Parts: sequence; structure tokens; C-alpha cells
Amino acid sequence: MHDHWGDTLEPRLVEHIELTLIAVGIGFAIAFALALLAHRYRPVEHPIGVVAALLFTIPSLAAFQLLVPFFGLGKTTIEIPLVAYSLVLLYPNIVAGLRAAPPDVLEAARGMGFGPRQLLLRVELPLAVPSIVGGLRLAVVSTVSIATIAAFLGEQGLGYPIFLALKEPTPFRTEIYAAGVLVVALALALDATLALAGRALVPWARKGLA
Amino acid sequence: MSGAAEIVFDRVTKHYPGRAAPALDDLSLAIPAGTFCVLVGPSGSGKTTALKLVNRLVPLDEGDIRINGSSIGDLPAVELRRGIGYVIQQVGLFPHMTVADNVATVPRLLGWPKPRTRARVEELLELVGLAHEDGKRYPAELSGGQRQRVGLARALAADPPLLLMDEPFGALDPITKARLQQELLGLHAAVEKTVLFVTHDIDEAITMGDRIAILREGGVLAQYGTPDEILAQPCDDFVARFVGEDRALRRLALLRVGDLELDGAVSEKTLPVASTQMNVRSALALMLESRSDAVLVVGDDGVTQGVLRLSRVQELLR
Repeated sequence: MHDHWGDTLEPRLVEHIELTLIAVGIGFAIAFALALLAHRYRPVEHPIGVVAALLFTIPSLAAFQLLVPFFGLGKTTIEIPLVAYSLVLLYPNIVAGLRAAPPDVLEAARGMGFGPRQLLLRVELPLAVPSIVGGLRLAVVSTVSIATIAAFLGEQGLGYPIFLALKEPTPFRTEIYAAGVLVVALALALDATLALAGRALVPWARKGLA
Repeated sequence: MSGAAEIVFDRVTKHYPGRAAPALDDLSLAIPAGTFCVLVGPSGSGKTTALKLVNRLVPLDEGDIRINGSSIGDLPAVELRRGIGYVIQQVGLFPHMTVADNVATVPRLLGWPKPRTRARVEELLELVGLAHEDGKRYPAELSGGQRQRVGLARALAADPPLLLMDEPFGALDPITKARLQQELLGLHAAVEKTVLFVTHDIDEAITMGDRIAILREGGVLAQYGTPDEILAQPCDDFVARFVGEDRALRRLALLRVGDLELDGAVSEKTLPVASTQMNVRSALALMLESRSDAVLVVGDDGVTQGVLRLSRVQELLR
């Protein structure tokens, strides 16, 4: 009997957090850049959304099959689909956020002499924060869940203890439950952290009617 | 900046793409510095277009607009706008900024030093009748009237010589509206500004304007003059209908009893009493109500100034 926490679960949890944060971090950077592009040039908004949705429909196991020949069994092969899946949640939320500024606010801002850059930085981005945080929360929760499939490629993430236990002739339930509970707890913890950060970033919505 | 600006519309025409009729058709208008000028007309008369042409939110097709002699095209649009106050009906306060930060918007764009901006914000909150503590609140915490006060303070922040106001009180209840109208008039008397004010409400135009420009459908200027000129001599049927059949009474409402030449000889024993501050329309109502053809005019100090007779009122309207 080994010490399950120290030997098995703790390193897997750390790996899982790493997989998630890298995927959502890179996904956010890409989605943000694409959203700024769509905000600036409206005609590209819809096509980008369609591509993000199409990427999301690729089954992860199929994606691994396609990527292993190029990137081997390492992190890159796992992160690429995770990043791609996060786009479908992040991109539309960031675009919607950038469009959230009411027309009268934009008109007043232009009338007072805001240039396009100042409008983006001082008005549109701050008003997009609630929607952006909403997208990040969805992306983090879904990535924590999807990242369990990393176990198919090797010894990493909270999917691995589940994967091992399932291969036993009589599946060892404790491993499955422990890892499963950790996945859910991790998703909830990251979601709550983002929710709190979002509240801290939006002081105007806590007071009054907004 | 500061001071007031003269503003000239010189044969201004504006077509919106996809529409046959022009929004504004060959508008020429000279507004002397310091004037409170109201643009009034029905919807489709191009009054808001005329306003937005000045700060180039709408690009000009033909003609020119000059502020103190320089064409609005001489400066980059962004710089031009920072020198012109802009107030709209929906106010457009930044919901994510406090009242103080909203008011500080243009000084910050202009790169004023922080202490100067802070002092100016305090000054403006007081000027528009808001408390120091209101500066820390967010727009969502304010009433409609308070929001428009903040909108006005924000427009005045960098002391622009010209203020553009697009139906600023259109969304307010009648009591708040009347109060803010009076405060704005007081403000205009105190700070030297040219105001260009758009409304569809002829009553508001008469209350607020030193000069009124009446526009008709298709963006054609129907008449431009003082409220008294327009009420006394509407140039055509359109203007006459627009100002209303009771225009004679509206004219009387513009005059105070104390401003008139009064009859010094008081022969009647009992007369209804009017104060010098009362407007002539109210004095006329008083005469009708008390079946008298004259009112006794008494000053604020209680001293009798003389008698205003019905015949004098009739002469006024001739």
C-alpha cells in the first residue's frame, strides 16, 4: 500500500492545475487577440466564431491521434486541443463584453474627444470585464474536466489514477472516487477564485443598481 | 479656452447616404458669442444633425462651420471635441467610473496636473448643486436629475467656450426639468458660454433661448430670431402653427410687470395686486379672474409702483 496522497494524487493534482492554467492562459491570449480583431473589423467576427465552434467538435482522442506524430506524447500534444476547446467559450464572451458599452456612453465618449485607443482602454475594456470573467470561469471549469483525458498519453493529471484503476480487473474504486472528487473540487475552487477576482475588478456593479 | 465662442453655420448641407431628402438644407446661421441659441423643430428637421456637425460626430458634406472664425475642419476631430462641451439626453455617464472621475474626463484627456483636475471637479460639483460626497458615488446610485447634473458638470469641466446640448432634459419629470432649466439659465448668466441647445419642445425653446432657430422638415431654416420676434411675427404658417395659437399669451409670459411702463395715477379704490416680478401673462389672468381691467403693481419692498391697465397690455401685442 503506498501513501496515496503524497505518491499518487498530489503530483497528479499539481500537473492537472498546470495543464489547466497553461491551456486557459494561452487560450485567453489567442481569444483576446481574435476578439480585438473582430471588434475592429466586424466582418471577421462570425467566421472566427464558426472556426472556434468547429475546433470544439473534434473529439479529443482523434486530436491526439493527429498530433502525436508531430509533437510526440508530451505536453504540447495535450495542450493544443485544450487550448482549441477553450476558444469556443472565451472568444464569444470577450467579443460580447467589448460590445457591452451602451451606445449613449460611446457617443458621449466620442463627443468628449476620446480616440479609438482611449475608447477601448478606458471604456470598452473596463465594461467588458464582467463578460470576460464569465467566459474565463466557463473555460476553466470545462478545461479542468477535459484535462482528465491527458492520461491517455501518459502519466499526468488527475485522469491518470482513474485511467489506471479502470484497467484493473476489478476496478479499484477508491482511486476513481478520490481523483474524481479532486477534479470537481479543483473546478469549484478555480471558479470561486475567478468569481471573487471578478467582483474585485467590478466595484461599480456592487453598489446601486448596475 | 474659456470665454464664449461665436459660431457660424455657412451654407451647411448634409445628406445621409440612402436618403433622397437632405437632413439639413443650406443652413446659414450666425450665433454671437455668449448667446443661448435653441434649435427647435419637429422630428426630421435636422436639429440634432446640425448639433453633431459642430463637433464632427456627423461629417459635413457642403458648406462650413466656423467657431471664432476657424473652420471646424482645421483641427483633428479629437482635439476639436475636447474644446466643446457635449451633453446628451441619455447623459452617457461612464457606469464604471465614480461621479468625480466622470467629471474629470476631459481634463484628464487634456493632461491637466492632478491637483488642478481635483480642484476643478470640486468646483463643478458645487456649481451644479451636487455634494462633495456625491463625487465618490457611481452613476447607478444617482437619480435621473442628478445624473444630468453630472453630465453638465462633465461637459463644463475643461471650461469650453461652446456647449452643445441635445435635448438634455427630455427624459426628466416636469418638476426636475423645470428646476434644471432654471439652474442652467442661472449658470449661463454666470459663466460666459455660447450654448447651442436642441429641443423639439417650443415651450422649452421660449423659456431657454436668447435666440431661437426654427427648423422645418427637410432641414430648412424657417425662422431665426429672439423669442419675442418669433412670437410677435411668425414668418409663415408653419412657424405660426409650431409656436401655437396662444403665441400672444406666450409673448406676454416673457415680460415681467416690473419691466413695463406703468400708469402712475391710481384712481381705482380696489384693484388686484401684482408683484413687479410677476409675468404679464399672469397679470392678465389676474385681471380676467377679478373682472378688473387693471392691476396694482407693488414692488418687493411693498411700495406701490403704479397701475398696469388692460389697454397697455393690448398695446404690447400690437
